[in-house]
This record gives sequence, structure tokens and C-alpha cells, in this order.
Amino acid sequence: MKLKNSLKSRLAKDVAFKIVVGVLSAMLILPLLFILFYIVKHGSASFSWGFFTQTPVQVGETGGGVSNAIIGTLMLIGTASVFAIPLGILIGIYLSENRQSKVAEFTRLCVDTLQGVPSIVMGIIAYAWIVMPMGGFSAFSGGVALAIMMLPIVTKSTEETLILVPDSLKEASLALGVPYHSTILKVVLPAGKSGIMSGILLGVARVSGETAPLLFTAFGNPFMATNLFKPVNSLPLLIFNYATSPYEDWQTLAWGASLLLVLFVLSLSILAKVMVKK
Amino acid sequence: MNDYKSIALAESRAYVFKIILRLSGYLAIAILCGVFITLASKAALSLQETGLSFFYTSTWDPVRDSFGAFPFFIGTMVTSVLALTISLPFSFALAIFLGEYLKQGRLSNIVSTTLDLLAGIPSVIYGFWGLFVLVPLIRDFQNMLGIVPHGVGIFSSSIVLALMIVPYSASISREVIALVPQDLKEAAQSLGATQFEVVTRVILPYAKSGIFAGILMSFGRAISETMAVTMLIGNANKIPTSLFSPANTLASVLANEFAEASEALYLSSLISLALMLFFITAIFSFVGRWIIRRWMVNG
Repeated sequence: MKLKNSLKSRLAKDVAFKIVVGVLSAMLILPLLFILFYIVKHGSASFSWGFFTQTPVQVGETGGGVSNAIIGTLMLIGTASVFAIPLGILIGIYLSENRQSKVAEFTRLCVDTLQGVPSIVMGIIAYAWIVMPMGGFSAFSGGVALAIMMLPIVTKSTEETLILVPDSLKEASLALGVPYHSTILKVVLPAGKSGIMSGILLGVARVSGETAPLLFTAFGNPFMATNLFKPVNSLPLLIFNYATSPYEDWQTLAWGASLLLVLFVLSLSILAKVMVKK
Repeated sequence: MNDYKSIALAESRAYVFKIILRLSGYLAIAILCGVFITLASKAALSLQETGLSFFYTSTWDPVRDSFGAFPFFIGTMVTSVLALTISLPFSFALAIFLGEYLKQGRLSNIVSTTLDLLAGIPSVIYGFWGLFVLVPLIRDFQNMLGIVPHGVGIFSSSIVLALMIVPYSASISREVIALVPQDLKEAAQSLGATQFEVVTRVILPYAKSGIFAGILMSFGRAISETMAVTMLIGNANKIPTSLFSPANTLASVLANEFAEASEALYLSSLISLALMLFFITAIFSFVGRWIIRRWMVNG
């Protein structure tokens, strides 16, 4: 009798637990989905041809677009990629090729720590390294800040991918007399291509939404700017500035920019996922 | 003759390539050291002028040259702890849900993909959403309670922060739970344990330190989060008196004031805050990773 009761209570507990877990999960997923829905609803309202082709207008005028921020974001991502992709891949190769060495171990620690450095601190670093010596805010300094943030992501995914490439592949190539650098560049790297590509996409996705490192580097600019050494606008900066402004027209632009940015970041991460699956 | 030459050439190229690899590895070390040295050297002025009292004084008044970091330290800790406390049951439930109850199938895919995607939404957009949706709600709530309806403040930023770290902490807990050996779970099940008992008596004890490490890492994430908090915390440079009061965190005060700081001491004091932030996050992520690695080795 007692046994039966305890079995019952155990089963009841199990069911209760299952319900609690399910309910908590649902309670969490719903607001998150609601955020996504809210962005889509408010953002799509401001999408128009002019949104993509015009620059923001002054307060009081209607219309205007975010073309300068789109160009600025692309410039910043481009600059960051130029630095972070080649260097990140090289460091990744170094780490996967020297798994036992103490120096590589320390390098790995540094890369991990670098990944954890708060983005706002990166902005200050880029300010101290680039903005102060060059005497002004610039797209270039923002790109450097983003590059340092992107570097660990590219490095880690390169390392993790290359570790999975079978050693026999590399050994076979070396045994055929292929020199070390050609073996790495033409045999090992291509074998890990999809993993590295997805790492790059994730890195770009991560930095393209960053605002904090750009506050004192790219700084923002209400006009179209294509000079790498002048301040530029970017989508996240525009969202921040217009979201906290009291003008409804600007807030509408900010919702549009948010949706655009979300679409961009999400398609990059989906692409990255698809690549890994291949 | 020609062959020897080309072999020698290839060998020297391979040698150069190895050196390039090594140098780029050193560069990663140099960048991190550079970050630290830059922060430390620029913070030196403020630490000389203010001394250790920088860390425990609670007045931050740039106009009168008095700089105390304590309110921001408290603001950072309170928001992050609160955010973590709010998010913990949810992210843990989600990890169990995806790891134990719904291992595969379409719904599981949808949920985990949604989580991944939500992890990718930029912080500034969470802040924007919080400002327009959450803050009015909180304001109504405060009116109901009969307290000053700021709307913005610690509570609002903690809620948004909690939403933001859930995907991250859920994915860590999920990975940790996935590392619990299948045979242990099956052994418990074959002895007649219910799923609840498997979770509380096998998975939790086994994954304890991994989960703890995940919490530390999520905490580091919450501390370093800047934009959403900056937009929602209300920017008050004093020690918060209640969960609803406006405050500032280390990161948010940097975002707000750094561009305006023209005076040397002011700038240097802000960089001291950045140095603090750098250390706190580095320690959390380091300890978290150390625990996870040790746990995975000893199992």
C-alpha cells in the first residue's frame, strides 16, 4: 500500500516537473518571439524605396532613409574583415598545428580572453590606438574595433574545424613530397572550408550589430560619407541615436533600420548554419 | 640541379610560412597585452590622483573632479545578479526541455533555431524594444504600486538583460547536459527512476560544476552588456536605493560619458572604469572556462 502511494507521488512529481519545464520554456519563447514580431511589424511599415536610397532628413520633414548608414555599415564590416579574416585564419592554423606547445596554449587563452572583452572596452581601445593619434573619428577606427572583436570568432572556428580534419590527409600530402605550406593551404584548409566560412559569417553577423565599439570611433554622421578616414554612420548607431530621440519620424526610421539589421544578421547566421551542415 | 633548387625554394617557403603562423599567434598575445597596457597606462593618472578611494567613494561628479566608481560597481552587480536570477529558471528549464524531453523532431528544431536567432539580435535593438514596450508597462506597474514612475531603471534593464542572456546560458547548459553519459541516465531509468529523478539525481549532480561554470560565463556576459542597459537604466550616477531606481553600470557610464570627457583626469577616470570592467569580465570567463575544462577532463 505504502509502496503504491510512493509510486504515485513519484509519478505525480514527474508529471508536475514536466509541466513546469514545459510552461517555463513556453513562457520564455513567447516573449522572445513577440520581440521578433514587434520588430517586423514596426520595421516593415517604414520600408520603402526611399528608405534604402535617401539619407536621413531634418526633424520636421517626413521621409528620408538610411542609405548612409547602410553604406557605413558595409564599410565598417569590410574594414573589419580585411584585418580579421586573414589573421584569424592564420592564428587558427597556428593553434591547430601546435596543439601541444605551451605558447599555443597561452595564445588560445589570450584569444578566449579577447573574445570576452566587453565591446565598449574595444571602442575605448580603438579610440586610444587610432582616433587619438589620427586626431579624429573615422570609419577606419571603427573597423579596427570591430576587427578585434571578430578575430577570436574566426580563429576559434578555424581551429575547431581544422582539428577535425583527419591527420592522415595531411600526412599523405606531406608523404607525397608536397611542401608544408602547400599542404596546409591546398589540402588542409580546403578540407575545412565550410567550417571556416561559417565562422567568418558568424563573425560578420556578430560585429554588424555592435554599437558600443562605434560610439567613439565611427561616431555617426547624418550625411552620406564614403571616406574611410571620416566619421560614418552605421545601422546600429543610427538605431541608438534615433531610438533615444524624441521625434517620431526618427523613431520610425530606427524601426526600419532595426528590421533591416535583424534581417541581415539572421540571414548571415542561417547561412552559417547551412554551411556547417554541408 | 634545377630540382635541388626548387626543393630548397619550397623548403624555405615552408619555413617562412611556419614563421608567419607563429608570428600571427604571437600577435594575438600582443593584442591582448596591448589592450591591457593601453588601459592600465591611461588609467594610471586617475589612480594616482584619486588613489584607492576611487573604488569605494560613491560620488561621481566630473565638474568637481571627484571620481568614485562604487555606484557603478554596485549598479553593475545588482543588474547582472537580478538578470541572472530571473533568467536562470527559464534557461535551465529550456535546457532540460530541449535536452531531455524534446530531443529531436520539428518542434525541437524550431525552438533551438529560434533561440540561436534570438541570440543574434543586436543589443541595441533589445534596448529599443525595451524602451518602447517594456518601459511603459513597468511605468504602469510602478503607478499601481504608488512609487515614482521612472519606467527606466534597474528592474527594466534586468528584465531585458535576462531575455538577452537566456539563449546564451541555455545553450551552455544544454551542452553541459549533453555531456552527461547516456549509460548513466539509462541505468537510472532501468532501475525505475522517473524522468524527474533522472534529472535531479543523475544529471544535476553529474553536471553540477559544468552548470556552475555556465552561470559564471553568463554572468560575465551580463556584466559586459552595454547598449540595452545604457538605454534602459536611466543613467543616474548614484548608488541605487531600490530595484526600480535609475542607476548606471560600468559599461553604461562609459557609453554615456566617454565621448564628452575632454579633461585628462575625467578621461582617465573613465578608462579606470573600463579597466575594472575588463578585469571583472576576464576573471569570470577565465574561471568559467577553467572549471569546464577541469570538469571535462575529470568527468
